Amino acid sequence: MEIFTDPLMQRALVVALLVGLSAPVIGTYLVQRRMALLGDGIGHVALAGVAAGWLAGSLANFTQRDALALPGAVIFAILAAVTIERLRERGTSPADVAMAILFYGGIATGVLLIGMAGGTGSNLLGYLFGSISTVTWVDVWITVALSGLILVVGLGLRHALFSVTHDQDFAIASGLPVRALNLLVAVLAAVTITVAMRVVGVLLVSALMILPVAIAQQFSRSFARTMRIAMFVGAVLCVAGLTITYYRDLQPGALIVVLGVFAYAIAAGIRAATQARSSRGTEPA
Amino acid sequence: MTSPALRAADVHMALGGAPVLHGVSFDVAPGETIALMGGNGSGKTTLVRAIIGALPLTSGSIEIDGRPTSPDARAHLGYVPQRISASAGVSATATEIVVSGLLRGRRLAPPPHAKARALDALRAVGLADLASRDVNAMSGGQQQRVLIARAMVRRPTLLILDEPVAGVDLPSQEVFSEALTQLKAGGATIVVVLHEVGMLADLIDRAVVLDRGRVVHVGEPPHAHGDHAMPGHEHLHPHDDDPNRPGPDTPTFEITV
Ligand SMILES: Nc1ncnc2c1ncn2[C@@H]1O[C@H](COP(=O)(O)OP(=O)(O)OP(=O)(O)O)[C@@H](O)[C@H]1O
Ligand SMILES: [Mg+2]
Repeated sequence: MEIFTDPLMQRALVVALLVGLSAPVIGTYLVQRRMALLGDGIGHVALAGVAAGWLAGSLANFTQRDALALPGAVIFAILAAVTIERLRERGTSPADVAMAILFYGGIATGVLLIGMAGGTGSNLLGYLFGSISTVTWVDVWITVALSGLILVVGLGLRHALFSVTHDQDFAIASGLPVRALNLLVAVLAAVTITVAMRVVGVLLVSALMILPVAIAQQFSRSFARTMRIAMFVGAVLCVAGLTITYYRDLQPGALIVVLGVFAYAIAAGIRAATQARSSRGTEPA
Repeated sequence: MTSPALRAADVHMALGGAPVLHGVSFDVAPGETIALMGGNGSGKTTLVRAIIGALPLTSGSIEIDGRPTSPDARAHLGYVPQRISASAGVSATATEIVVSGLLRGRRLAPPPHAKARALDALRAVGLADLASRDVNAMSGGQQQRVLIARAMVRRPTLLILDEPVAGVDLPSQEVFSEALTQLKAGGATIVVVLHEVGMLADLIDRAVVLDRGRVVHVGEPPHAHGDHAMPGHEHLHPHDDDPNRPGPDTPTFEITV
């Protein structure tokens, strides 16, 4: 099949597979902590980071003006994640309001900065909606390194991360390094977002972390299994979506997310049907 | 002289800016079992959450085995929270939750045979059959027993329980009280928040009674029936003679007018 011999497609497939596998790992912890929208908040700030990197790149007269876009996104995303974690830790301001302010502030700052860099909103489009069809080998290696980090840490420390996201008081009482683990979750979420941004864009980045988990939850009663199924679903969605766009002219990021929403609807339907059947089966005649 | 297993010294605490504890002091000797009592809102949970390190003190100190509370000092602490549901955003089985009780301090992965130990702990609270059941699909009392198992699996030397038997049926309370008796026989120190001593009466060495953030009584546990050692309950009389009562800690109260 020529899809596997086209180097452009090869690179895109590797990135999609890695992002599909790693994003749901962090997504599972976020859903566990009921912070499913965290990714959106961080993603919007990452966009401001992209623009800041762009501005820095053009001020420094780089030939490739977006050379610093990704580093900018990583730095801003980590700052946002750590800030949200601090707010959560203190419990001072309500998480949803803080998150909303990040949404607006991130996008607005991004648009302003890109204007100052002499660009237009359309320069941001690739970051808003993803640009997986233009990944370079450098992008691939960055993705391999960061996804590898997410997988190694997110899976290696799964018992501790489960404890701290499931019942923080108990984790504190057990003497676990709760603050460090919380920061780790925040930083991993930021890294995941900047990696996944390439595939689906900041507007949809959170979907890659959350949708596979929501689908997996329809079929799983255990945390470990939910995470495993979510990783599988994430990988399948990303690869399938990308493959379809090789044959049909569709936007890959949007297609992956729409496929995910469909898969969720089907999964929820199957679950409702099996539950209805089993409860009918146990009802007295 | 050995240091107390737990010492609260002039503990002051505030929540949301409002003072909640006003100079709470007491010692718990090693191996002793203390009932922490007092009416709703008297500050029991606040004190407990300070002991486990989840809330900061305004002033005063809390020591475990003569050391200020720190993650290291808590490595052998067991904790059963009050009435939080055992569930979170993602399904988790009872076994997974109990296994999380085997992490401590710098040990961020469960030890060998963690599953078997978790199963033993679940059996001890009568939940062996539900070990791989999603806790979201469990009743409140069953979830509470999962949380008890999660604390017991640690074989704690200091066990802090915040109303552990609230909503737990009588047979399970008996099993639980048996497990506590064994732990106590093994030398563990126990602090248990209770509204009435009930089934645990034989275990309790002393009671510390709080009222509006102050210690008002240390010694014999106050009895559930009409006395004033339990301030905050003056207007509330449990239906003590109602045979259909769900359990000592989920009483149906009536307001006397
Ligand atoms: N987040 C908070 N902000 C402000 N005040 C609080 C907060 N949480 C609790 N309080 C107050 O602190 C006091 C002590 O509460 P605490 O939960 O420690 O009581 P308790 O003795 O455990 O009661 P109960 O028997 O109902 O469990 C109460 O008066 C309560 O109103
Ligand atoms: Mg309480």
